Amino acid sequence: MSIHPYIPNSVPEVRDDMLRQIGAPDIGSLYREIPDNLKTTRPLDIPEAYLSEYDLKRYLETILAKNGTCDEYANFLGAGCYQHFVPAVCDEVNSRGEFLTAYAGATYSDHGKHQAWFEFQSMLGELLEMDVVGFPTYDWSTAACSAVLMACRLTNRDQILVPRNLSPERAQHMRSYVNRAASIVPVEFDRETGVLDLEDLARKLSARSAAVYFENPTYLGVLEPCGAVISDLAHKHGALVVAGVNPITLGVLVPPSMYGADLVCGDAQPLGVHMQVGGGLCGFIASHDDVRVMSEFPTLFETICRTERSGEWGFGWATLERTSYDKRHESRDFTGTSTGLWAITAGVYLALMGPQGIRDVGESILLRARYAMTRLASIKRLDVPVLKAPGFMEFVVGFPRTGKSVEEVNRELLQHGVFGGLDLSASFPELGQSALYCVTEVTSKEKIDRLVASLEEILE
Amino acid sequence: MTRGGALLREHYHGAEWQEPIIMELGRPGERGVVPPAVEPELEAERTDALAAIPEGLRRDTLPGLPELSQPQVLRHYIRLTQETLGTDVNIDLGLGTCTMKYSPKINEVIARSPKVSALHPLQDEETLQGILEVVWRFSEILIEISGMDCFSFQPGGGAAAIFANASIIRAYHERQGEAEQRNEIITTAFSHPADAATPATAGFRVITLYPEENGYPGLGALRAALSDRTAGMMATNPEDTGIFNPLIREFTDAVHAAGGICSIDQANANGLLGIVRARDLGFDLCHFNLHKTFGSPHGSEGPGCGALGARADFRDFLPVPMVDFDGVKFRLEHDLPHSIGRVRSFLGNLQVVLRAYAWAMSMGPDGLRTVAETAVLNNNYLAHKLARIRGVTIPYAPGKYRLQEVRYSWEDLERVTGVTTDDIARRIVDYGVNNYFTSHSPMIVPQPFTLEPTESYSKDELDEYAEILERVSSEAYSTPDLVKGAPHRSSVAKIDDAVLHDPQQVVTTWRAWVRRGNG
Repeated sequence: MSIHPYIPNSVPEVRDDMLRQIGAPDIGSLYREIPDNLKTTRPLDIPEAYLSEYDLKRYLETILAKNGTCDEYANFLGAGCYQHFVPAVCDEVNSRGEFLTAYAGATYSDHGKHQAWFEFQSMLGELLEMDVVGFPTYDWSTAACSAVLMACRLTNRDQILVPRNLSPERAQHMRSYVNRAASIVPVEFDRETGVLDLEDLARKLSARSAAVYFENPTYLGVLEPCGAVISDLAHKHGALVVAGVNPITLGVLVPPSMYGADLVCGDAQPLGVHMQVGGGLCGFIASHDDVRVMSEFPTLFETICRTERSGEWGFGWATLERTSYDKRHESRDFTGTSTGLWAITAGVYLALMGPQGIRDVGESILLRARYAMTRLASIKRLDVPVLKAPGFMEFVVGFPRTGKSVEEVNRELLQHGVFGGLDLSASFPELGQSALYCVTEVTSKEKIDRLVASLEEILE
Repeated sequence: MTRGGALLREHYHGAEWQEPIIMELGRPGERGVVPPAVEPELEAERTDALAAIPEGLRRDTLPGLPELSQPQVLRHYIRLTQETLGTDVNIDLGLGTCTMKYSPKINEVIARSPKVSALHPLQDEETLQGILEVVWRFSEILIEISGMDCFSFQPGGGAAAIFANASIIRAYHERQGEAEQRNEIITTAFSHPADAATPATAGFRVITLYPEENGYPGLGALRAALSDRTAGMMATNPEDTGIFNPLIREFTDAVHAAGGICSIDQANANGLLGIVRARDLGFDLCHFNLHKTFGSPHGSEGPGCGALGARADFRDFLPVPMVDFDGVKFRLEHDLPHSIGRVRSFLGNLQVVLRAYAWAMSMGPDGLRTVAETAVLNNNYLAHKLARIRGVTIPYAPGKYRLQEVRYSWEDLERVTGVTTDDIARRIVDYGVNNYFTSHSPMIVPQPFTLEPTESYSKDELDEYAEILERVSSEAYSTPDLVKGAPHRSSVAKIDDAVLHDPQQVVTTWRAWVRRGNG
């Protein structure tokens, strides 16, 4: 056995001393409660270690060099994970060892971590104009699942209405997660505009409806302009309104609480968290200040309070009795280690951006998306946008008249150094050969021009 | 420092910044950062672009975010970091069941490279070959450690992996046409609450077996719980007490004989790496927490990864997509015939998988065994020292060695002094360590505390930790009010615990605090 730099007590003399104090003859004897027939009889057959971190880094960098990144390519992929500007202070704070390596410690040793969590909830609350924001969950999809399950318990009903233009991944996630508690009824969307089909919604609402779930912007990019009408319809039938929202839109768009949402969910990844192959996702759930609704949150809650010292803020995890940690077999949902570091990071982002920054970034995205659509629409035989309602940063581009499939086009775009939009032809066959393009504040005019020039060449 | 006696930081004091809430800071007009500039050619469209927002959706009033310049934002957050004791700062063995070990800095350097951070999950697989290779190579390592045949890395944490395993058990019985009948999951009281909560969420009735004197449930109790309604067993081993159930093979055999499936929660596998494999214990499904046993940082409650392992006959039920290797290219497999679907978007937290792979590759076969052995050595060494501290008892299985952790009790101390385990958790903070973890629910052990001294702590640090507990025990007997009123030298004073249990007093945002008239 060699002495390992991460393991202080791998030094033989130290081990011997410790064993002697315990009164154990050797390390093996510490395992004597495990029956021998259950023990592995041979050493692990895995690669030998890189004991030097220099060698380890070189080895892994060689493998990772095979990746092509969104920094190296002009990226037009979105669909739930977004390439945005990440301020350096966000990375500085989430790299700090105190936050990076803390975990479940209570407020007495980790006061700062708890305050940072509370501040995330507080700033998100301002963006959403909602008084209650829970501790984050894994991602938007998990948050949406938990929110509709909350609606089922609050209404004592078992049917969820969701738009048919939901992300296929999210629809699959919902089927996996809520199918024991509720049935999922799809509501049609208008094939011309992309907005929810209100007549179909009215037809499908009933005394079984626990919630109407919809998103703004919708998965296919357009804005849902009739939130208030949807909410009225839902409420008339005694159903709750659960709205999903991308928080980076909320400098220029009103939050769903303004058009009747009872519960709001979404993902904080766009707020200062790197994409990390999708590892930056950070779901959230928010509600109005209603004890009955709050009692159904499955997530942790960071609460603010006072301490015994005059004028001092205290923080803590509140009402753990609500959660699966305490309820065990009586749980109807669960929580666990989620995305606390990204919550802290999103808080840093919102503090840096402030009201004007979040407005600026929203306007920048609108301008760029508009420019991209205008430029793409100038390409012969390309349909831009396929769905006509106004959007935010994503839009559907149709290729049916080009004579090429999206798959072919995207393969050629890759050769031009471009990640083309997400191929929708299998998930939304009614839209034909089409792709979901995404433009953010980091999609420069130069990148958009490069996309247009490449497409012109490919489709010539 | 001399090598004579253990260190005790009697003059420690935590940072105490009295930092205001960020919503109280700054001045109107200040800003911390400027987004990328808009090119002049695009500017001309600004009015039209804003006018295109549908009526009623345009936000006219700016959100009530704080307005601060960049140095002030940074200073605020750095002060908050100073009021936080991560594993990088303190002897973090108090968070039992959490496997607080060293998260190597080199792994951070590697994982924070744009070659990882700037990847979009929907990129063409050709451009993801590096990260997919990492996933595949790491799954080969976990296959060897566990004896399972395949791994999914989609679950974003341990609880999500246990939920996925519960969903797989349900889907399996549905496939057999027995889902209606087989609706019961058996777990144990010393397993993590998620082993009861997630099968309940998945629609199962959950039966909880309680420990006998030796610390684990008897085979008789298990047999009494088994029937043709049994869907499976979901439990840990070793349990929260650090006691290994030596009858585990008899347990899994009995569950299998009753037609059930066996899933083991290996969130805390630190004492077993290279020693015992889940498959050899008779399990069909398992999961590891990569943010615990495999060295990825805990990140102030995530992101983590619950790596889900399965025997080959359950592969078709796993979440999609799976990473596969055809001998030339790494690719994503989206079509598994009986897949439970998804438990998280995209591919999971692959940056966590990368850190875990880097950690495993810094260990190798010898290192992993040294990790397990040292974790067990450290634990038994600490237990040996704590057993001599007045007021500490070690319930169950007297005289037997434990694996990676121990659930201790201050019951004797509390009976005499009135000082509780929560009081002591607060008091030890005054000596510069994390307020330790007491116990998961149900709290079967009275006045519990759970310590897990992983391989990352030196003998001197273990001695220091024991010294702290010995001092606080002595304080409890001599000056109990000192302990009850703690902390005295931390970033924050005591909070009235009742506030944290009263739903009426939960205030999760500053706006709610102000609206309730507290501002």
